[in-house]
Amino acid sequence: MTKRILKFNIYRYDPDVDRKPYLQDIEVEVDATDRKLLDALVKLKAKDDSIAFRRSCREGVCGSDGMNINGTNGLACLADLSTFPDGKTIVLRPLPGLPVIRDLIVDMTQFFKQYHSIKPYLINNDPLPERERLQSPEEREELNGLYECILCACCSTACPTFWWNPDKFVGPAGLLAAYRFIADTRDQATNERLDNLEDPYRLFRCHTIMNCVEVCPKGLNPTKAIGKIKDMMVRRII
Amino acid sequence: MVNRKLVGAHYGLIDWLVQRITGVVMAVFTVVVGFALSEGVGSSYERWYGFMSSTPMRFISFLCIVSLCWHAWIGVRDTWMDYVQPAGIKLTLHVLTLLSVIGCGGWAVQILWRL
Repeated sequence: MTKRILKFNIYRYDPDVDRKPYLQDIEVEVDATDRKLLDALVKLKAKDDSIAFRRSCREGVCGSDGMNINGTNGLACLADLSTFPDGKTIVLRPLPGLPVIRDLIVDMTQFFKQYHSIKPYLINNDPLPERERLQSPEEREELNGLYECILCACCSTACPTFWWNPDKFVGPAGLLAAYRFIADTRDQATNERLDNLEDPYRLFRCHTIMNCVEVCPKGLNPTKAIGKIKDMMVRRII
Repeated sequence: MVNRKLVGAHYGLIDWLVQRITGVVMAVFTVVVGFALSEGVGSSYERWYGFMSSTPMRFISFLCIVSLCWHAWIGVRDTWMDYVQPAGIKLTLHVLTLLSVIGCGGWAVQILWRL
C-alpha cells in the first residue's frame, strides 16, 4: 500500500500559552486509504495532540471543519489529498476575519449573530393546516440552491466586506438564508424581511466580487441570491 | 454611551439604484461624445464649441455632470463606509467628500454654461 509524507505549515495559537500566533512545520505519513485532508489532520492530531481543529461528520454535511487551505477557504473533509502536489507544503490557517479561539478553531459568534438577524425560520400566522403547507413544484424549485447551506462560514469569511464590517453586513451565508425565506411562498413576512435588509450596510455592502461563490463547498451561489433580493426590492418600489 | 450597533437607514436600495442609473447616463454621454469625435467634431475649436453649446448637448452634458457627481458621492462614501470605522472620522470624510463633489459639480456647470 502506497504511503505518502505530507508536509504541513499550520497556524498555531493557544492564548493560554502563546504570546502571539506562529506557523508550525509538521509532517505526517498518510496511507493510500486516507483520501481527504481531514484524514491527514486526524493522523496529525494523533502525532501532536495539542493541535486543535473542529470536525464532526467528516462528509461535508456538518460544516465544522471549515479552514483556510493554501489560501482558500474550504472544508478539510472535502479537500481531496490527491489534489495536493507531492512534496509541496500544505498551509492551513483558521478561517480569516473571525477571532481565533485556538489554532484552527475560530469564534463564530458574530457569524451566527448575523445569521439569526435575518430570522431564519418560516413566518406564517395562518392556522396550522391539518397536514402540511403546500407548494407547487415550481415554487419548491425556487428553494433549490438555497436550503442546502451548511453554515460552515467559508463564504462569509472569504468576503472582505464581512472582514471590515462583520457587525453590520449580514454576509453571504446570512443573505443566502434570507433569500431562502423571502423566496418561500409559504412565508408571510416578505416585506418585513426586505425592510430588514434595505440598509446601506446589511445587504448593500456586497460589491459582487463573488469570493463566496468561489469557495462554497456545497457549490451554492450567494451572489445570485443577493441579486434576487435586490431585484425584489426594486420591483417593490416601482 | 452604550455601544449599540446601529443599522436600518433605508437608503441602501435608492443609492444602489441611483449608482446604476447614473452609470447608464454617463455611458450614454460617453458614446455620444465618442461618436461625435469620430465624426470630426474635435477638429477645430469652432466645431467643438458649436457641438457642446447646442441645446441637446447642454441638456445631456448637464445630466452627465449631475450623474458623475452623484455617482462619485455614493462610490467614495461607500469606500469610507467599508474601511473607516470611527464615526467621527467617517462623518468628517463624508462631509469633505460631499463638499468637494458639490464644488466640482458647480465648477463644471459654470464651465459648461459659460459656453
